[in-house]
Amino acid sequence: MDPLQIAKMVEEKFAGQVLDTTTYAGQVSIMVKKDLIRDICLYLKDDPSLKMDHLADLTAVDYSTYPGDTGLRFEVVYNLISIEYRHRIRLKVRVPEEDPRVDTVSSIWQTANWHERETFDLMGIKFDGHPDLRRILLPEDWEGHPLRKEYPLKGY
Amino acid sequence: MGVVQNLFEDGYITTTVDGFLNYCRASSIWPMTFGLACCAIEMIQYYSAPQHDFDRFGTVPRPSPRQSDLLLVAGTLTKKMAPIVRRVYDQMPEPRYVIAMGSCAGSGGIFNTYSVVQGVDNIIPVDVYIPGCPPRPEALMNGIIKLQEKIKKEHYIRK
Repeated sequence: MDPLQIAKMVEEKFAGQVLDTTTYAGQVSIMVKKDLIRDICLYLKDDPSLKMDHLADLTAVDYSTYPGDTGLRFEVVYNLISIEYRHRIRLKVRVPEEDPRVDTVSSIWQTANWHERETFDLMGIKFDGHPDLRRILLPEDWEGHPLRKEYPLKGY
Repeated sequence: MGVVQNLFEDGYITTTVDGFLNYCRASSIWPMTFGLACCAIEMIQYYSAPQHDFDRFGTVPRPSPRQSDLLLVAGTLTKKMAPIVRRVYDQMPEPRYVIAMGSCAGSGGIFNTYSVVQGVDNIIPVDVYIPGCPPRPEALMNGIIKLQEKIKKEHYIRK
């Protein structure tokens, strides 16, 4: 299925949740509000014409030093693939600096468990409802989140 | 020789206790190989490939700290891995030696960042540093020979 059509389906199903749809190099990204991210993901996975059964990547971006960006500071990115239909879509959710949380999708795709732990470890995004949100790469007593822009190169 | 010449039958040699023990120990350095990064791949290749054949120095890789004499730290040591290297070192019986193989193990190398230990010598005492990224097989060979020279100079009977 054409990814723009997937974006349209999501927009129709979740009215008012989709903020923006962008296309870059043939890749379609949907910016959505963070409140219904679980429902949107579940719809993308379970709808028989979409079947986004593979979460290829889950990561986050720090936009605090990005020129011209006026949105919320962090962006959580979900890259989805349907293995059966060979189509892809990218979901984006903006979360604010003072309270960077978003609902977990680890109950929808098991692989999100460690991806969310990594995102929490390096970027400090908290995933509500995650079964085991501990650091995964850095030692457990580590201070700070190294991929944030204000983190010094040599650490605190 | 002089006094002791022709005193014994054939097959006897005269030496010092230190010289004999050090010769034995320097000729059978069993390394606990601690591969951490790309240097580990090189190290494995140096040990096993027939063109280098480190076994001829008596250095047979021994994947157990309790039965080895040398800790060969090869690669980038992260802060998360540092306690494990220290624990392996503590498990080794004395006398024990450490070789830091590669730029990263020696000084942190290019990884002057928050997560990398800036040299294994922050954690454990190092006997021989081998520079290189990664070191050539001749360099690792030279490091082992240097360690053998160091072992041969040690004193047992009176420290």
